[in-house]
Amino acid sequence: MSFLLTQAVPGDPVTANLGQRASEDPVAVAAFRAANGLDKSLPEQYVTYLGNLLTGDFGTSQQTRNPVAADLAEKVPATMELALAAIVVAIVLGVGFGIVAALYRDRWPDQLLRVLSLSGVSVPTFWLALIAYYWISFKLDLLPAGGRLSPGAPTPPQVTGFYTIDSLLAGDWATFGDAVSRLILPALVLASFTVGVLLRFTRAAVLEVLGEEYVRAARAKGLPELTVVRRHVLRPALLSVVTVTGVAFAGLLSGTVLVEQIFGWRGLGAYAYTSALALDLPAIMGVSVVVAVIYILLNLVVDLLYGVIDPRLRLS
Amino acid sequence: MSAPDPLVVPAAPLAGDVDVAVAASRAGEDRAARTLTRSPWKRPLAVIGAVVIVAWVLIAVFAPALAPYDPLAQGSSKLLEPSAEHLFGTDNLGRDVFSRVLYGSRLSIPLALLLVVLATVIGTTLGAVAGYFGRWVDGGIMRLTDLVFAFPGIILAMAVTAALGAGLRNAVLALVIVTWPSYARVVRGLVLSTRESDHISASRLLGSSALRTLAVDVRPTVLGPVLVLSALDVGNAVLLLSGLSFLGLGARPPAPEWGAMVSAGAAVFDSWWVGLFPGLAILTVVLAFNFLGDTLRDALDPRTARALRG
Repeated sequence: MSFLLTQAVPGDPVTANLGQRASEDPVAVAAFRAANGLDKSLPEQYVTYLGNLLTGDFGTSQQTRNPVAADLAEKVPATMELALAAIVVAIVLGVGFGIVAALYRDRWPDQLLRVLSLSGVSVPTFWLALIAYYWISFKLDLLPAGGRLSPGAPTPPQVTGFYTIDSLLAGDWATFGDAVSRLILPALVLASFTVGVLLRFTRAAVLEVLGEEYVRAARAKGLPELTVVRRHVLRPALLSVVTVTGVAFAGLLSGTVLVEQIFGWRGLGAYAYTSALALDLPAIMGVSVVVAVIYILLNLVVDLLYGVIDPRLRLS
Repeated sequence: MSAPDPLVVPAAPLAGDVDVAVAASRAGEDRAARTLTRSPWKRPLAVIGAVVIVAWVLIAVFAPALAPYDPLAQGSSKLLEPSAEHLFGTDNLGRDVFSRVLYGSRLSIPLALLLVVLATVIGTTLGAVAGYFGRWVDGGIMRLTDLVFAFPGIILAMAVTAALGAGLRNAVLALVIVTWPSYARVVRGLVLSTRESDHISASRLLGSSALRTLAVDVRPTVLGPVLVLSALDVGNAVLLLSGLSFLGLGARPPAPEWGAMVSAGAAVFDSWWVGLFPGLAILTVVLAFNFLGDTLRDALDPRTARALRG
């Protein structure tokens, strides 16, 4: 699917990748086409691509001249580290605040959190990133930011590609602290939109459950409110929240394109940006395939979580 | 990659919006209209949103009269801090940031509206055709939406804009390509649900053409929910457009576009005012549209409408 679409994009990768002079030279153009297999027919290119994909070969990036698979192996962990940190922040804040908003329905905490939720989905992340970088990191010097490690710091030996985990595995506490402190600010900024979305959905889900008969029954039994919420309200409400979280995580991956730009985070988002600018088709394809795989894994995780939350959905 | 369920793009309305939109078409419509008109002061957010939007529209209309300087004129005084003379300071080319922010509203607001209108019209038309004719027409159009949904929205928009050449017109085009499928899906569902109803069959038996049936008999069912969806989408459109401009794919350099101005602010990191104010402009516009949209959603949602009316 995405193969067809990238082909349909009405730009010529030849002119985008060769300079002005070279693209006027028919010999150079033909050589470029042959080198990248662009001289073959479309179905032929497609079959070749699929075949290569099965063996883990994404083709060669026309921009970086590296195999796309190697580029991706380097960029994907960077973005996943950022995105996972952000989704954890978003779940803690969004779901937590959402429950509070529902319990204080129509009173001031609810009104305040509603404004917070709407602000979260309204703030341009690239601007928030810039402001946070300037004031928190540069002016007030509270947190370092920019890049994944301090300039010149050696990268921990690669195991997972997550600097935080790799440095821990290597027992390198200084690098671990460095990586974590540089992760906080971008993750918070990236989470802003998702916090807004999750807050609204959690509130609605909890409110719906609060209206159920069995909640009334639990209260009538004289259970403390905290127990009612924890045992009778949260579990059913979490089902729909999990679904939204899966969707939101996908949105978060798109957000990395803008946030990585400001924080100099060399991940998938930044890679997608430079490849899109250069019409680097193998690279764009690679990014799409990776994102599609992440979506599929995400759906799997969500489905598995359903079973954990709702015993009725467990299959024997 | 050809999974039938939407592989979500951020611009796609979340499931809840669709439910609410559909609810709007049902019995809820009259009630909601009454709820909305009866006591606007009970919903301060909606009032604030409306006031801010009206203010921005006025600013856009009267920008030439309001702006103290020409937004493109380069002065000798570069990167001046905000002062009485330059309220928001000057940028790296000595242009007055305040004037540029005012003029920016003339780009962002109309273009966002245009984007939503185009996506709505295209999505609604294709969705209605797909739902009404079914079979291979439906299959074809729905595969097309799958195709778009298979990509992360902004990456597709980036690729399309980069291919067409950077520029605001192409950015709007690219975003239309990314956003129409969500409308098409909702409309297709609505059309499918009414296609078999008696008044449609009656109209068909009277010999009306497919076009007439769609335009006269199907339209009322579809119109309400679609309008709600597009209203909820305007804020998002402003964000997407300024995002593309921030990446250098939208507005071309001298144009006073908010996203591009934030990007310029990132380049002169030390002069915080260059990036701060255009970003605030984006925030206030989007927030105002979302304040309104949120109230609309609440009024149309049967689960929360009761509380609002009380």
